[in-house]
Amino acid sequence: MQKLASFEVNYLQYLDEGGKPANDLPDFADDHEVMVGLYRSMQLLRHLDARAVALQRVGRMRTYPASEGQEAVGVGASSCLSDRDVLVPYYRGTAMMLGHGVQPHEILLYWGGDERGSDYQNPLAKEDFPIAVPIATQMLHAAGVASAIKLRGQKDRAVLTEIGEGGTSEGEFYEALNVAGVWNLPMVCVINNNQWAISVPSEMQTAAQTYAQKAVAAGIEGLQVDGNDVIAVKDAVGKALDKARNGGGATLIEAVTYRLCDHTTADDASRYEDAKARAEAEKKEPLGRLAKYLLNLGAVNEKQLDEFAVAAKAEVEKEVKIYFDILENKPQPPSAMFDYLYAELPERFRAQRDEVMRRGGE
Amino acid sequence: MPTLTLIEAVTLALDHEMGRDKEVVILGEDVGRNGGVFRATDGLQDKYGDQRVLDTPLAEAMIAGLSIGMATQGMKPVAEIQFMGFVFPALNQILGAAARMRNRTRGRLHLPMVVRMPYGGGIHAPEHHSESTEAIFAHTPGLRVVVPSNPSRAYGLLLAAIRDPDPVIFLEPKRIYRIVKHEIEDDGEAYPLDTCFVDRQGDDVTFVAWGAMMHETLLAAEMLAKEGVSAEVIDLATVAPYDVETIIESVEKTGRCVIVAEAVRTGGVASDIAAELAERCLLSLIAPVGRVTGYDTIMPYAKLEGRYLPSVDRIADEARKVMAFS
Repeated sequence: MQKLASFEVNYLQYLDEGGKPANDLPDFADDHEVMVGLYRSMQLLRHLDARAVALQRVGRMRTYPASEGQEAVGVGASSCLSDRDVLVPYYRGTAMMLGHGVQPHEILLYWGGDERGSDYQNPLAKEDFPIAVPIATQMLHAAGVASAIKLRGQKDRAVLTEIGEGGTSEGEFYEALNVAGVWNLPMVCVINNNQWAISVPSEMQTAAQTYAQKAVAAGIEGLQVDGNDVIAVKDAVGKALDKARNGGGATLIEAVTYRLCDHTTADDASRYEDAKARAEAEKKEPLGRLAKYLLNLGAVNEKQLDEFAVAAKAEVEKEVKIYFDILENKPQPPSAMFDYLYAELPERFRAQRDEVMRRGGE
Repeated sequence: MPTLTLIEAVTLALDHEMGRDKEVVILGEDVGRNGGVFRATDGLQDKYGDQRVLDTPLAEAMIAGLSIGMATQGMKPVAEIQFMGFVFPALNQILGAAARMRNRTRGRLHLPMVVRMPYGGGIHAPEHHSESTEAIFAHTPGLRVVVPSNPSRAYGLLLAAIRDPDPVIFLEPKRIYRIVKHEIEDDGEAYPLDTCFVDRQGDDVTFVAWGAMMHETLLAAEMLAKEGVSAEVIDLATVAPYDVETIIESVEKTGRCVIVAEAVRTGGVASDIAAELAERCLLSLIAPVGRVTGYDTIMPYAKLEGRYLPSVDRIADEARKVMAFS
């Protein structure tokens, strides 16, 4: 017997659970402005999520998927995007979307039940996809955008997409990785391995030792990073995007983290989650870890951290007001359900649109 | 002027539009080097290169999903699914993503894409190669479903489908890929979508059909003419959203309607047309609306498929039945 192929999967971590450097840090880790910016983005997301969940409890928000505990994944990854890159997010993609210019009130508007929340107004996000709700469908859209970039010979452009570890069981995940490999597509896929696909734990999702190794069969690079270490996420995704922009092809990055919240507001994780495991995971959460690092670095003091929290809450409240204002004062007319179906509404559907308008608020 | 079969007219339309618009790209299984298993894309890779006629890995959901991504970047992908029976893995993308993109982004992103596929029975193909499941797509707002019934219409409607800013499912009735030829001038003139074509004028009964069934339906109309029955024949052409006004106008004139479809009877487009007629022109009807369709069963394999497909006799018999009603 002859050995034809073998593989290895590397793990990247820069900050240990106590926020101390576990490795030689990349250059940006010394940049106070960059690192404080990452911290504040993660903090804003945590406040936004908390507010959205609270709004849902009083009936002013529909089903909402929070990202608590996973902030470093999306914030670190999207901090590497340029204005020429395209983001193809999934439903727990709030961190990445905020990182590419989507406004918090657009996130609230969408999850509040209004499609206008996916009509991103920031030019940075104008070509970005709306979130994918069906699992793994976004993988192929990312590969399609990457195909367009490649076919047009565009340089310095790449696509970033994200998927949960449960989503990697879908056929479309493998189909996308396969074509990304064989066509050498400029895309990066981040797996948010938060250990849970609603109630199904990671060990019931795959027999593979890592999700990163799912890249191997597609002929692309895969690696695993500590998803609670924003430095590791940013470093890995930044390098992968650079590689993609320069013709080096696709990368799969598994970010290992933990879902410190219910799947969505419609879920109750206490039905299936071991409280001890949750408590253990809380010790590793990313925001506190980064705060310790920033304090040690001398980038911030305790007082500033408190000020950042106050500022984040104020920013969220400002966005909540915009959200309420749109819902209450600028609701979509009922005809909106027809007005974006086609470039021009076919004759056949006009009577139905008229009826919806005639019946008004019924 | 070249005289072309339906499949050659498809190729001509693809060629014309690729020459005119550099954003048009073709992708699918075996479409490049092999020119497609039915030769719809024959010669196009040689002419336009392998960056515009793409042989993809073998995965239908992937073909549809890639097309969606490409279309958001302003490309105009024309995807080929090798046979309609293999489209099901791609429904997650076509129904779940393509049909909804413009609506869910409130117009920010739209998808000028076409998914072509050969469909329908009658060529003694293997299992899964002969079904007519257009109703699945017709049941999904946001899509257009277009079916040519002859070579000229294949040319004009495919041009229109590629130029349309929204996703179009373009179903090619493979049984009539090569049975008739039309003289077609390559003038780039598109036919209108969302519009029926009245292919034969008549006063006594209105036939509505599409795709390959237009062939049998026109033969039935000729047969009936010899019996003194004057049949009007309407080619639905755009199966969704279909042009009900033209049908109603005709039925108000004739008072009788027979709808002919190759698909199974239950839940099909023929049933929907019958329901529209019942709602909108009941008092103009002299006889109940008749349907001649495939039977409610699994599409038979080669030996029995001839018994399944609506025949000229079945169509004529249904017309005789509605003629005898009053």
